Amino acid sequence: MSNTAPSRSRGLGRVLILVYGLLALAATGRSVYQILADFDKAPLAYVLSALAGTIYIVALIALLVPGRVWYRVAIVTISLELAGVLVVGLLSLFDPILFEATTIWSFFGKGYGFVPLVIPILGLVWLYINRPSGPRAAKAELVTNAAV
Amino acid sequence: MIVWLTYAGIGISLVAGLICIVVGFAGKRPSDLTLGVTLLVELYLIVQIVVSIIAPLTGNTATGSVLEYWVYLVSAALLPPLAAGWALLERNSRWSTVILGVVSLAVVVMVYRMDQIWNVQIA
Repeated sequence: MSNTAPSRSRGLGRVLILVYGLLALAATGRSVYQILADFDKAPLAYVLSALAGTIYIVALIALLVPGRVWYRVAIVTISLELAGVLVVGLLSLFDPILFEATTIWSFFGKGYGFVPLVIPILGLVWLYINRPSGPRAAKAELVTNAAV
Repeated sequence: MIVWLTYAGIGISLVAGLICIVVGFAGKRPSDLTLGVTLLVELYLIVQIVVSIIAPLTGNTATGSVLEYWVYLVSAALLPPLAAGWALLERNSRWSTVILGVVSLAVVVMVYRMDQIWNVQIA
């Protein structure tokens, strides 16, 4: 067994990092392509995808890099992401034409298996488990101190 | 794309994904089984690359954007080796097995999208 301290990038965090990486790839890749190829078709929707892509990239970095500052960045970014998927999801229900292009947050991420809806919730739960005053952080302290 | 190959690919990736996720949640570290099925997914993707190069030469062309198709295919083909590398680097936990599964399931979605681009989407 490795004796590295538990941090938010280990354990279940690894799955989150992978999924955020995939979502970042999907959102950014798709939006770059769509903005270059068909911007006139649905500029709002594509710009939203680009925004989503940026948020996913920042969230990915914040989950990977240890430290309290990035921990807070992770909370803010993932919360923004959850807000984004909920707001865009609702708006796309009321005005599907405006959001018709399948972008990552339309219809609560339906075009991506609702992963964009579920993953920020999982992310926030994981961040809560890894909060600085919580049990996992205490375990990390113990391991780090034992190694000294 | 060739229909039966696409179905085979989706099937392999779906089964591989489910096996890895179930075995991972059961607490097992990456093993010959889970790495093996991930390798099978990669082999399918390599075959898919070869087929995609040859097919247009035989008249089987994509109706949608060829560029988008290839972006999906190349990205998909990079995923299993990257995930396996990561899983082997940190082989000490069940989550390494789970990520192998997540990647195979991502491949399922990507192959489905590739099929849409090839057969349904109009460029």
